[in-house]
Amino acid sequence: MRSVKFLSLSLVVLIALLFGAVAPIAAQDGDNILIMARAADTTGLDPHLQTAFASLRLLELVYEPLVNLDADLNLIPALAESWEFSDDALQLTFALRQGVQFHDGSDLTSEDVKASFERILDEETGAATRANLTSIESIDTPDDYTVVLNLNTPDVPLVSALATVNAVILSSDVIANGEPTTDVVGTGPFMLESWVPEERTILNANPNWWGEGPYVDGIEMRVIPDEASILAALRAGEIDFALLNDPLIATLLIGDQTVELNRAPAISYHVLQLNAARPPLDILEVRQAISCAVDRQAVLDTAALGEGKVTGPLTIPAFELPLDEYFCYEQDLDLARELLEQAGYADGFELTIIAASAEPPTAIAEAQTIQAQLAEIGIEVEIEPLELSVYVDRWLAADFDAAVALNGGRPDPYTMYARYWVEGGNLSTVAGYGDETLDSLMAQGRSESDPEARFEIFADFQRHLVEMAPWVWLYTEYEYTAQQPYVEGFVPMPTDSLYSLSQVRLER
Amino acid sequence: MIRYFTQRAIAFIPTVLGVSLLVFFAIRLIPGDAITAMLGTEAGMLTADQRASLEAYFGLDKPAYEQYFNWLVNLLQGDMGYSVRHGQPVVDVILARFPVTLELALLAVVIALTIGLTFGVISAIFHNSPIDLFGQLFALIGLAAPNFLIGTLIIYILSVYFGILPNAGNYVEFTANPSKNLQQLIFPAITLGFAFSASVMRMTRSAMLEVLSQDYIRTARSKGLKERSILLRHALRNALIPIVTLVGVETGYLLGGTVIVEEIFTLPGIGRLAYNAISQRDYALIQGVTLFIAVNFVVINLLVDFVYTLLDPRISYAKQR
Repeated sequence: MRSVKFLSLSLVVLIALLFGAVAPIAAQDGDNILIMARAADTTGLDPHLQTAFASLRLLELVYEPLVNLDADLNLIPALAESWEFSDDALQLTFALRQGVQFHDGSDLTSEDVKASFERILDEETGAATRANLTSIESIDTPDDYTVVLNLNTPDVPLVSALATVNAVILSSDVIANGEPTTDVVGTGPFMLESWVPEERTILNANPNWWGEGPYVDGIEMRVIPDEASILAALRAGEIDFALLNDPLIATLLIGDQTVELNRAPAISYHVLQLNAARPPLDILEVRQAISCAVDRQAVLDTAALGEGKVTGPLTIPAFELPLDEYFCYEQDLDLARELLEQAGYADGFELTIIAASAEPPTAIAEAQTIQAQLAEIGIEVEIEPLELSVYVDRWLAADFDAAVALNGGRPDPYTMYARYWVEGGNLSTVAGYGDETLDSLMAQGRSESDPEARFEIFADFQRHLVEMAPWVWLYTEYEYTAQQPYVEGFVPMPTDSLYSLSQVRLER
Repeated sequence: MIRYFTQRAIAFIPTVLGVSLLVFFAIRLIPGDAITAMLGTEAGMLTADQRASLEAYFGLDKPAYEQYFNWLVNLLQGDMGYSVRHGQPVVDVILARFPVTLELALLAVVIALTIGLTFGVISAIFHNSPIDLFGQLFALIGLAAPNFLIGTLIIYILSVYFGILPNAGNYVEFTANPSKNLQQLIFPAITLGFAFSASVMRMTRSAMLEVLSQDYIRTARSKGLKERSILLRHALRNALIPIVTLVGVETGYLLGGTVIVEEIFTLPGIGRLAYNAISQRDYALIQGVTLFIAVNFVVINLLVDFVYTLLDPRISYAKQR
């Protein structure tokens, strides 16, 4: 008897709870805080150390570099108002913006710039971007607002290599006496109030910021690991702004009546890396055959629903070439079979492609499409999906036949590819291929300052790279952000940067 | 009886330590470490000296057995180590997230028992009738439907048809706002409870059927006792023992955190914590969480044994004289 009463009581409570839950929850009121959601969280707070996209998205709002990029990837002043190379290109002088304050109230001076760069160059720090700054021999600070970088070799791309979160300016005080990995003291439009890992980050607007803005009082960044849940939160009006990674989710917002989807072409690129150190990929004709057999547009259409465009090696708009200038960019199965025959592999061979599952979300689908395409010329592909860190481990060791990868782009061709295609580059083993043409073109590109000449150098570079086919470049995708209609002023960037959140208003 | 339980608890210590040893070395055998987890492919840009410096920072430079020894020594002093990713002691990180998982597990158990016991008893009483068939169908769906499907469907229906989403990454604790907290937990609890209730229902039905065919039930009926009294005081109480075993196992599993449901419903629980710790190769945290879950299982085990004594007075752990 008692048990029956207890059971019925529980059922009643359950139903009451359910109805309670379904009752509408009070909407967010006039709080001028931007509520933002994303699936991945920051992995750490040290801007010189962190390279993960998710970390950069937070750190770029609180820290600033000397120079920044605009939506067309042109260099614009940030903490430096102007810069100039000496005639022999061995000295780079920066004139700093005056009246800039750190979040702790101290002034920005050349002392802070020097301390920050020295920290990056110090091997003890473990800053991955140091590899792009090795031309810096020493740093002089003739006065409070002038910094002179003395270079050991002409390095035209150096300025754009500094337009990154990994080269932001820290307070010399914090470097000397504080703990840069946890004390977040920057010059940026927002200040870090709190960070609960894997949950929530709270940012407050910086009232003393040197720029115009911010126009919101703060940002609340929430981690919602499942992108379908982010979509639900947008539709329910619970969040104002979101970062989306998966085209399969983002495309559901196309034509949506309430939520706006922004698509910006990215400079990161999807590529099928081949390991030219491993037979039979060491034979040029074999690699070219693979390049000919792959239908890049079909890979894009199948894996990413056509959200993006086919690309050559350089994804920077200023350096792009028409696709017909490249060797075999349209699928040509006959030529592919011919090349294989020339190489002595008319009957095909076996190939294993590694892919990181879910990173990017399209990786496995790309591999499967390529598998089907290569089957047509007799190459039997086995796909090996790997967990991300396992994939990275094997990628770094170049322990693969082929790998589906999403690699980051840079605004300058030299910074983007020196690591792979220059002899002795940090990742030249991973690239699996090198030759003198590439070396010499890259060296020219590094020291040439005339933009037209540089364009020609890198045009040759790209054509040669595609012809030698150490990798098969596939496509660039869109970076997706989504927002409610009352969010005004956000400018999507090819670098994925959220810096324009400093200009955002909530027009409710 | 206290002696009995204390002895059993102590006997579990070697098991728990064995688990910790296994996990300690297993995670170090997996390719990738905290550095590759943090930097990804950029880790290739490091010089050898830079890598050495980062390894020292992450505590990866000492040999494995030395690391294990240090960890064990610290553990005995109550220090589970430091989570590099969270920047906090492991104990704090786990304790901050355990209440969510605990509450979710308790709610799921309540839902499962409420639905499962009720339907199970009804099915047993009316067995082989249409009601019974419906009950069996419900159980089949509950066991077969994956919880990520149910969870995602619930979220979809809520957000698209009702225009609401109780938890959009802004989880509130029970102590802060009980009603909002329950609103956020009720749907994940239903998702978990659904499958759980199916197994409880089937177990209840079969246990009840078996008990109902016993002689003592016939005796009770012939004595003229009310049917309801027979069912609940005599039959159900005897049928509960296998059900309690089942609930114990399931609860132990739920307390280990359910990654999928926590991910879909954005709950900061132990499941997601463990999953992220593994992805990020946060060794101290992985070891801490595994140990914690193992201890949970031990506690649940002992609790279940204790409940048996409540249900069946014949069961006694006192020393036989």
